[in-house]
Amino acid sequence: MSKQHWQSFGELNNSDAYKQSVNDEFQEQLPMEAADNGFLQTKTPRRDFLKYLGFSTAAATIAASCEIPVRKAIPFANKPEDIVPGTANYYATTYIQDGDAVSILAKVRDGRPIKIEGNDLSPITKGGTSARVQASVLDLYDTARLRFPTIENKEVTFEEVDKAIAAEITSLGAAPIVILTSTIVSPSTKEVIAQFLAKHPGSKHVEYDAVSYSGILLANQASYGKKAIPSYRFDNAKVIVSLAADFLGTWLSPIEFSKQYATGKKIDEKNPEMSKHIQFESVASLTGSNADERFLHRPSETGAIAVALLAAVNGQSVSGVNEELKKAITKTAKELVENKGKSLVVSGSNDVNVQIVVNAINETLQSGGKTIDWSAIYNTKQGVDAEFATLVDELNAGKVGGLFVFGANPAYNWNQSKKFVEGIKKAKLTVSFNGKADETTQLCKYVVPTHHFLESWGDAEIKTGHYSFQQPTINPLFKTRQWQDSLLKWNGADSDYQKIVKQYWSTKLGGETAYEKALQEGLSTTGTASLVGASFNVSSVAAATSAIGAYPKVTTTELYLYQKVAIGAGEGASNPWLQEMPDPVTKATWDNYLVVSPALAKTLLKIDLTNNGQADAYEVKPPKHVVKITANGITVQLPALIIPGTHPDTVGIALGYGRVKELGKSATADDGNPLGANAFPFASILNGTVSYSINKVDLSDTGDKYPVALTQTHNIYNTAQGNRTEVMKELTLAEYKAKPTEILEEREEEVKPYGGLKNFQAQGTIYPNSMNDRPGIKWGMSIDLNSCTGCGACVVACTAENNVSVVGKPEVLRGHEMHWLRIDRYYSGEDLDNPKVVFQPLMCQHCDNAPCENVCPVAATNHSSEGLNQMTYNRCIGTRYCANNCPYKVRRFNWADYSGADSFPDNQKEVLNDVVLDMNDDLTRMVLNPDVTVRSRGVIEKCSFCVQRLQASKLSAKKESRPLADSDLKVACQQSCPTNAIVFGNANDKHSAITAHRMDNPNRLFLSLEQLHVLPNVTYLAKVRNIEEEKA
Amino acid sequence: MIFNKNDINKLAKLNKIIVKANNHQLFLKKFDKFDYLSPLSHIFATRKGIFPHLKQLTVNMAFVKNFARLIQILSIAMLVNLFSNQLLAQDGKALFSQNCAACHAVNKKLTGPALAGVEERWPDKAKLHAWIHNSAAFLKTGDAYANKLYNEYNKTAMNLFPQLTDKEIDAIVGYVNTAAKAASAAPAAGASEAKVQEADNSLLFGLLTLVLAVIALVLLQVNSNLKKLADEKEGIKSPEAFPFWRNKSYLAFAAVILFLAGGYMTTRGAIGLGRSKDYQPVQPIFYSHKVHAGVNQINCQYCHIGVYQGKQATIPSVNICMNCHLAINEYKGEKIYNEEGTEVNGTAEIKKLYKYAGFEEGKPWDASKATPIEWVRIHNLPDHVYFNHSQHVKVGQVACQTCHGEIQKMGEVKQFTDLSMGWCINCHRETKVQFKDNGFYSIYEKYHADLKNGKLDSTKGVTVEMIGGTECQKCHY
Repeated sequence: MSKQHWQSFGELNNSDAYKQSVNDEFQEQLPMEAADNGFLQTKTPRRDFLKYLGFSTAAATIAASCEIPVRKAIPFANKPEDIVPGTANYYATTYIQDGDAVSILAKVRDGRPIKIEGNDLSPITKGGTSARVQASVLDLYDTARLRFPTIENKEVTFEEVDKAIAAEITSLGAAPIVILTSTIVSPSTKEVIAQFLAKHPGSKHVEYDAVSYSGILLANQASYGKKAIPSYRFDNAKVIVSLAADFLGTWLSPIEFSKQYATGKKIDEKNPEMSKHIQFESVASLTGSNADERFLHRPSETGAIAVALLAAVNGQSVSGVNEELKKAITKTAKELVENKGKSLVVSGSNDVNVQIVVNAINETLQSGGKTIDWSAIYNTKQGVDAEFATLVDELNAGKVGGLFVFGANPAYNWNQSKKFVEGIKKAKLTVSFNGKADETTQLCKYVVPTHHFLESWGDAEIKTGHYSFQQPTINPLFKTRQWQDSLLKWNGADSDYQKIVKQYWSTKLGGETAYEKALQEGLSTTGTASLVGASFNVSSVAAATSAIGAYPKVTTTELYLYQKVAIGAGEGASNPWLQEMPDPVTKATWDNYLVVSPALAKTLLKIDLTNNGQADAYEVKPPKHVVKITANGITVQLPALIIPGTHPDTVGIALGYGRVKELGKSATADDGNPLGANAFPFASILNGTVSYSINKVDLSDTGDKYPVALTQTHNIYNTAQGNRTEVMKELTLAEYKAKPTEILEEREEEVKPYGGLKNFQAQGTIYPNSMNDRPGIKWGMSIDLNSCTGCGACVVACTAENNVSVVGKPEVLRGHEMHWLRIDRYYSGEDLDNPKVVFQPLMCQHCDNAPCENVCPVAATNHSSEGLNQMTYNRCIGTRYCANNCPYKVRRFNWADYSGADSFPDNQKEVLNDVVLDMNDDLTRMVLNPDVTVRSRGVIEKCSFCVQRLQASKLSAKKESRPLADSDLKVACQQSCPTNAIVFGNANDKHSAITAHRMDNPNRLFLSLEQLHVLPNVTYLAKVRNIEEEKA
Repeated sequence: MIFNKNDINKLAKLNKIIVKANNHQLFLKKFDKFDYLSPLSHIFATRKGIFPHLKQLTVNMAFVKNFARLIQILSIAMLVNLFSNQLLAQDGKALFSQNCAACHAVNKKLTGPALAGVEERWPDKAKLHAWIHNSAAFLKTGDAYANKLYNEYNKTAMNLFPQLTDKEIDAIVGYVNTAAKAASAAPAAGASEAKVQEADNSLLFGLLTLVLAVIALVLLQVNSNLKKLADEKEGIKSPEAFPFWRNKSYLAFAAVILFLAGGYMTTRGAIGLGRSKDYQPVQPIFYSHKVHAGVNQINCQYCHIGVYQGKQATIPSVNICMNCHLAINEYKGEKIYNEEGTEVNGTAEIKKLYKYAGFEEGKPWDASKATPIEWVRIHNLPDHVYFNHSQHVKVGQVACQTCHGEIQKMGEVKQFTDLSMGWCINCHRETKVQFKDNGFYSIYEKYHADLKNGKLDSTKGVTVEMIGGTECQKCHY
């Protein structure tokens, strides 16, 4: 079937620039004058030569005559019993960020948390994590964290601030105090707040979410009488329809949903069935990229589509939408109706009316109690926009005496932030508990920073009956205090928060022992196993339908505000790992931008992607057209990226950028201006809730250019045996059912000249393959492309585990990113406007017949008896021959001293930007994994299969005198994966998971670029898309 | 060459004798430790194998063959002899450091007297042997010198060494003699013994080389002179003479020699950079392993608790010291001396510990007042090396002494090995893994089968190298 897969427009068109780039190993010319003049003609004056000679001799002499420094070995004064220096301990705790809560384990090495892992015991995430959770450990060591309490920006002690605030509270008299927070998931914190409010009559607690879920909350109140969000069970759904809900990336509970979603995507070869996912959306999202079928529409049409779908599932005629959508809706409805009770419709809209209609659709489909579970409701999103809007009004009216802020940051992310900023100035007492000097904190007189979550005590009721606990994993690094303790103190309570948590849960769980066990496991679950529906109130539907019917028909270009997987609503903006993680969809790092469709690019930017020259001009050079965007009376300028899969009349902008520089180097561009632009002011309040789509936007090309660091076209390189499109294999479920062996036959065809699959290994080379009869362990990895959603959790996990350097935007622009594991995004099909998308995680394939090994002049890379392609940094002299010869382009070269490992600090000056230097701060370096060498300048590095983990797992088995088991190890990417797409283990063990994975899926199994006879140790399972027709 | 029949007979007889000698191992009896017989016979076997046609050669050739064989045997025997002497001296050194060095130095008084000149002081070797084997018993014989010595050294009884053979004692004495001589010859008293030994031989070889070089030079000169004369006689005009220091071949030769020698020394020096064998810093507290692990037989793991569990053996925290030293507050054992030979007051050192611990005698100890002791780190591995104690000690069952030396006999600890990669690798090549005892290795089915059917030598077993123990990413990642 051989679909054409393409990563870039150049590849699709086979343009000249593309042809050139695939022949060059590295993106840039060598920085030598020799490059132009020929090496022999270069001018190196004799004096220079003598200078260098003299310097190097002197340097060598000085270095050689240096005495070995006297090092100290300082043991504990009193060693805690369960801590063995050099051995990691794992503590169960909970990641809590603006209401999102995930049960995790923190790996603590010598008193420092250095890695976050998922908690396998959690019934919600089942051990999965996301990129943001993985990166949260770096926030602990953020140099921009607030280090002490301040009054009007002057450092004070806690005693002073306590005294001052006590006096202020007394002077407020009867004026109410408002506690403004992000959603509070902690029951004990709610109790602390309640205690505080009880002492201050007239005060109130307002919850505020940066990205609002008011629409769904209020709709559920209207439909079911409950202002809450129920649990969704994507694993029970055969047909999933999402109306622009990015449930795999950013919507509500993406880790949980990914886990559920993937169960429906795993294929049993003997009985190939899988769920079907249909996505309606305007701007390409991670979820949309994974959909089996994807339909584009204007954001303003969301309501009409929901209404039409409701009509269709009820068997009525479809109207109010264009012909194309009509066809799509009819087809979708047919699928849904055929799977009543096994289907689910979700919507990411914040419009109450749309959500009511979606509720009605789910009611018709009998989803309640099957794919929608009301027995457990989410506590992670509770903010109601109207309540906050009222607060802003009250502030402006001067009715609020004191404002205590925790977590919330409306000065940045409220759509009318100016009004809020005006209002907060009228409050007499303003206190911020936020850990960083964010936009709102800067407006507060008193700043009493709270701990990072890894330093905190706490709890979370993520869903009804699902409790997760927090315990500190490190002593507080700075003079910070948990904000609950501050509240308690100001309230005159004599108990501290830790005691309150203990008391609360000892009572609730039935004793201290039960609490301690729960704390050790990190969670406790009391929920029922049975799924429960809710009675539906039909009366609201008619009103909602007619309200939607009255929505204006839009003909202008529309703007849609979305969240990036890594950055979210801005939570990840100051985290270098997240900024450098390429966005799964756009493959861009370090910026936000205007997402435009290829069709709009033609009119707006005068770029026709089907025209070779124009496509190349756009794609090859990083500077992109800067577009002036005006909407709602606000104007920003952003570079434009052309992303297929965007509706022609819609443009998209990611939220979370345009932050203040106090948040850290990562939130600031190199010129000192904010990185990207803030898109929150574009949002508006519509029918009482915040709307993230704007009906009219004016765009104009400014003629300026701005470089965007895209990794999309990096690491493309053709091999002598053929181009790289064969790295991927994909087929449809229909094809697969009709001919299960299709992939197998395709492989057979590819290696036919070398003796077919059976004899390929032996006959594909003149050399004997010594890897076959090796006894012991042979490591292998297998990746199910059907499960992989491309979310990027593994990329960040790998970065954290293996001390992978952050290189900063200027270096990414030069193609110098260091990620050992990248996720390649492939488009397939000829449809430029709405192509299919496939993600493929690609790391070192640990080839048994590795082309990199035999070109190394110093044997710095060689093969181990366990099948590892070993990289020895101290032997590497940096010829980069290996990177040149690698067909997968997974080797990374340390072009500069990114990690600060070289002995001369000047190696970094004027080469690297502030972000990288900040990563080498003594504080930030605490995050480094001591078991992994920090690589210095001039050496190659690459995926090691987490060899430090492999060695540790073997050691633990040896210590217990037993063979290695699957349970002994998980490599970092595998551990972090929310969909269990990665399987790893000993392929020589007949009972291991990896062997089973390969044996059970012979028909989908393939090796990337198999015909090169590099014999990789990483296998893939082909992507199967659940669609009937095939346009190949 | 032509030989008459008599000669041949004589030689044949001689040959027989040698064969007989071979058979009865007379020849090599004194070298019982070194089995050179088998390689020798191996050489002959292969010779026969390679040159089967030799059999058909004439008698003359047979003689030549035998003669050649004789020369070979003699020369090898000589070599062996030479070697064995050296090996004995080396044995002496090893024996010295194993048995004597804890209390004796060659030129320095430690617990016991300096051993230099021991032969003169003990003219009767038998007495010396008896003294060393069982000093207590020998003292009872009433020997005047022994008793004088005993009293002189504060009646510290010398350890008993019944396991040492007379030969071994002689080897030690031999070593002491050479070391003493070298020390008196060398201007720096602290020169290491190993260097002394090397100097011994290298001087000899150096002289030999020099003599040979001079002869060669003279011969060359003679040769060229003769050639010149011959040329003159035949009327060939010789090129104008110029001094040998302007001779290009000499210059080139000298340059090559200089380059090689310089390169060798630079490389050696560079390899040694950063290595610190015998590093023995002064520690904040004079902590004697000899007293704790040697005399009092405290298990290593009692203090180094991490050694079975993790990467680091761990230096004990103050509270571990205080487990015992809450009760033990003065030192009553044998006198202890530091490296310079001055006595160390053990009780004072215990008081130093109390200072760190914040402990006042007679009062209950408050552990929270303890401050950590800043020991000077002795064993430093580079950052890019991963070393795990539990892997070696628990899994590999390697004794602590293998890498740390006879720690139970050390006062202050010194680095026993150079901790170089070559040293690691060598051990990994030779050391057997606990192949049958550890269940982990059950997955190596092929090796188990090979051990059973004899394909693998069961005495050599499965080495660390065979399971990949010398691969880069076993230690570097």
